[in-house]
Amino acid sequence: MKFAVVVFPGSNCDRDMYFAVKDALGEEAELVWYKEADLSGFDAILLPGGFSYGDYLRSGAIASTSPVIEQILAAAEAGKPVLGVCNGFQILLEIGLLPGAMLPNEHLKFMCHYETLVVENADTMFTKHYEDKEEIRIPIAHGDGNYFCDEQTHQQLLDNNQIAFTYQSNPNGSVGDIAGITNEQGNVLGMMPHPERAVEALLGNDDGLRLFQSILTHWRNTHAINA
Amino acid sequence: MPSMLEISPQQIEEQRLYSEMGLSDEEFQSITKILGRRPNYTETGLFSVMWSEHCSYKNSKPLLKKFPTEGPEVLQGPGEGAGIIDIGDEQAVVFKVESHNHPSAVEPYQGAATGVGGILRDVFSMGARPVALLNSLRFGSLERQRVKYLFEEVVRGIAGYGNCVGVPTVGGEVQFDDAYNGNPLVNAMCVGLIDHKDIQKGIAAGIGNTVMYVGAKTGRDGIHGATFASEELSEESEEKRPSVQVGDPFMEKLLIEACLDVIHHDALVGIQDMGAAGLTSSASEMASKAGTGMTMNLDHIPQREEHMTAYEMMLSESQERMLLVVEKGREEEIAQVFRKYNLEAVAVGEVTDTKRFRLEHHGEVVADVPVDSLAEDAPVYHQPSKVPAYYEEFQAMDNYVPEITDHKETLHQLLRQPTIASKEWVYDQYDSMVQTNTVVTPGSDAAVIRVRGTYKALAMTTDCNSRYIYVDPEVGGKIAVAEAARNIVCSGGRPLGLTDGLNFGSPENPEIFWQMEKSVDGMSEACRFLSTPVISGNVSLYNESFGGQAIYPTPIVGMVGLIEHTDYITQSHFRAPGDLIYLIGETKPEFGGSELQGMLEGRHFGKAPEINLNIEMTRQSQVRTAIEKGLVQSAHDLAEGGLGVALAESLFDQELGCEVNLERDATTALFAESQTRFLLSVKPENKNAFEALFRGSKPIGTVTDEGTYRVVSGDDTVVEEQTSALKTSWKGAIPCLLKSKG
Repeated sequence: MKFAVVVFPGSNCDRDMYFAVKDALGEEAELVWYKEADLSGFDAILLPGGFSYGDYLRSGAIASTSPVIEQILAAAEAGKPVLGVCNGFQILLEIGLLPGAMLPNEHLKFMCHYETLVVENADTMFTKHYEDKEEIRIPIAHGDGNYFCDEQTHQQLLDNNQIAFTYQSNPNGSVGDIAGITNEQGNVLGMMPHPERAVEALLGNDDGLRLFQSILTHWRNTHAINA
Repeated sequence: MPSMLEISPQQIEEQRLYSEMGLSDEEFQSITKILGRRPNYTETGLFSVMWSEHCSYKNSKPLLKKFPTEGPEVLQGPGEGAGIIDIGDEQAVVFKVESHNHPSAVEPYQGAATGVGGILRDVFSMGARPVALLNSLRFGSLERQRVKYLFEEVVRGIAGYGNCVGVPTVGGEVQFDDAYNGNPLVNAMCVGLIDHKDIQKGIAAGIGNTVMYVGAKTGRDGIHGATFASEELSEESEEKRPSVQVGDPFMEKLLIEACLDVIHHDALVGIQDMGAAGLTSSASEMASKAGTGMTMNLDHIPQREEHMTAYEMMLSESQERMLLVVEKGREEEIAQVFRKYNLEAVAVGEVTDTKRFRLEHHGEVVADVPVDSLAEDAPVYHQPSKVPAYYEEFQAMDNYVPEITDHKETLHQLLRQPTIASKEWVYDQYDSMVQTNTVVTPGSDAAVIRVRGTYKALAMTTDCNSRYIYVDPEVGGKIAVAEAARNIVCSGGRPLGLTDGLNFGSPENPEIFWQMEKSVDGMSEACRFLSTPVISGNVSLYNESFGGQAIYPTPIVGMVGLIEHTDYITQSHFRAPGDLIYLIGETKPEFGGSELQGMLEGRHFGKAPEINLNIEMTRQSQVRTAIEKGLVQSAHDLAEGGLGVALAESLFDQELGCEVNLERDATTALFAESQTRFLLSVKPENKNAFEALFRGSKPIGTVTDEGTYRVVSGDDTVVEEQTSALKTSWKGAIPCLLKSKG
């Protein structure tokens, strides 16, 4: 399986994402510079964390206007897995692939530490390898991770089973303790915690690896059927 | 703004305008002699920044020469952007510490942020990818409103910059003492990794080659920053806010990636960052190091503001700028590399064979001086030194031993001292995990990052207990180096070398110069014993404020060690109930300069704890052997607050308990700060093997799962307390102080 890691100016978790796929998952990955992007040959699109364009104006806002976005929209439309982590999640919100918006953390400070997440929906292409209501440990590292949406949207997310992960103990003020959501079709996941930072026991925890394994399993299953 | 050139050389001399730029009468005379004429305004500016202490080390050079700087693994010692040490497999580690004290005192957010930016450039300009940041901070009493503001903003500034560029901030230290009330210290250290073949130098070689400018445009910020950093803080310092630069970490991130690309291009001859004294220092140093000269046309310098004078452009310390020398005729190839990152590389000058530094602006020659006179010919001062009266008084004192009746309460109080208390409030704001190499995150004795693609890891720490150095600079200097090495050893590593961040008051005060001299002597001796050469460093003097109140002498040690295999990585906290606890090293009633003394007496006095470097060397190597043999579960070096605090810290991670028996006197056993001591925990099945290595050692107790900290001294239980209660004191202290209205 071939993963594209889209690199914007100011992305800084791109290499981490690349190594998570290549070394921990053992699949093909390529860093794709936003100007040179041809995403048509890839099976999954990963939008890494960082500070694209310095997060000037608003997190993810300037990246959302770059030409590569058309291709990301097309990949999502085609049903390919699209994963946005941290700044990648912010970009997915800015381009409307996911509903809602991101506010500065409740106490206005950047924070970086492990959080316990609850798997709210283990029936997605990103979460197959987890159990429903399983508690997993994944690091967060963000200043603008306070997910916001109106009540109606929140209800829709609940009704459609679009909430993938919640925080066990809400660190940033997010509506409904939301840590990660999918689109209605279930092939676009945005999450603030960093699964790519939790793929090796040496670094403390490998709970995040199963997210990548889920994507791979889903891809293998769909391709086995097609074949 | 009228052109500064309108001020004539004669006026500069007659009105002593040079003194406002920080030059003395003698220095101005010697410039006149070098040039054979009076310097014009721009030239006076060039000399004033290049001859400032910050750039020339004119007061500290004689001392810096004392440091051992060589070793079999040293690939690059002091003199380039950063030092380099071989770690095998054609790889090397690059590191340096730098201070940003003065800017942080007046504009803490930008001061700290640009300190991080500057040290990053020092490392990636060598061709290395920055893989870790550390910082060493000193503030006054957290009960003061101004100090709270400085502390919060400095931390926010470090976070704002480091998090954005994607280099993990993995460790460091923060200490608080009244001695820093008016003058905080902000020292940032960067560690990079490099393949030997990629090592770059900042040289302007090859006559006719082109000088190119890359990065942010030049503005009027930071003009005379280096000079500002070389004088005491005063009531007028607030007016120097324009001397503080403004950082743009996004630009820096682009520069990092572009520069790490461009070093693989064979048209690149030399590369250096524009740090202190900006264009002036980078350009003149590159030419001086190569034995060449340089001509620059300032009309081509990318400018952020209109009508900038030559003086302003040359002295600006605008951030995120690099100077390159590239082969003539291949400028476009280099520009192409930068264009990928939306950066412009512009030709601004040429390497010449004249050994002169010549600047043109609007068709006129605005400066023409011998290049070596800027970079090499700064005067060197051998300042007089004098033993301070306080030191003689301290040495003559009877040994100080505090009287403690309630050891449990004292332990709580010590854990609440901001210097000892948990720094989670600080490091939670730093992205410590980006790049996914961080094995040991902030909070242990040393931070550890693995070297991807190998079994190796790097341990790194910053240390300096300035209280010991204040009471006895020579002994304190030895302790600073030894403690850093202990921290590396406790994490499973072998110390490779260090970078020094020397922070002192005014060298023109003989008593302060004596502190400098003695602490450098002590550090140098410890470096020789522990085989840790000094490979880079920084000097920050004139750390004084408001009426000559100097800081404690604070020569910060930033040390890096090599862990041969990730299996050896060891942390400070106890791991499992039933493990045996060993205290290695002798405890004596030593409280001079201790945390307990400061807490009880409000000042530090007496003698510093003794240190024997032979024993230090032997014991460090024994601990390392024990770790590498797999005999040690956890290792913690004893520092502020002694054994009592070290035991508590070892329990917090899993909220375990301990049952410990100590000899009398309990106060000494628990809180003395004797040196060269380690707290190790060992699995019961490894007892014999461990004791064979440390002859005569026996456990002082065991780790329990009861969550109770229990210490018996003689027949008395001196402390019995819930681990969770101690942890609350330790964890809550800094957030609590910040919330209180002091």
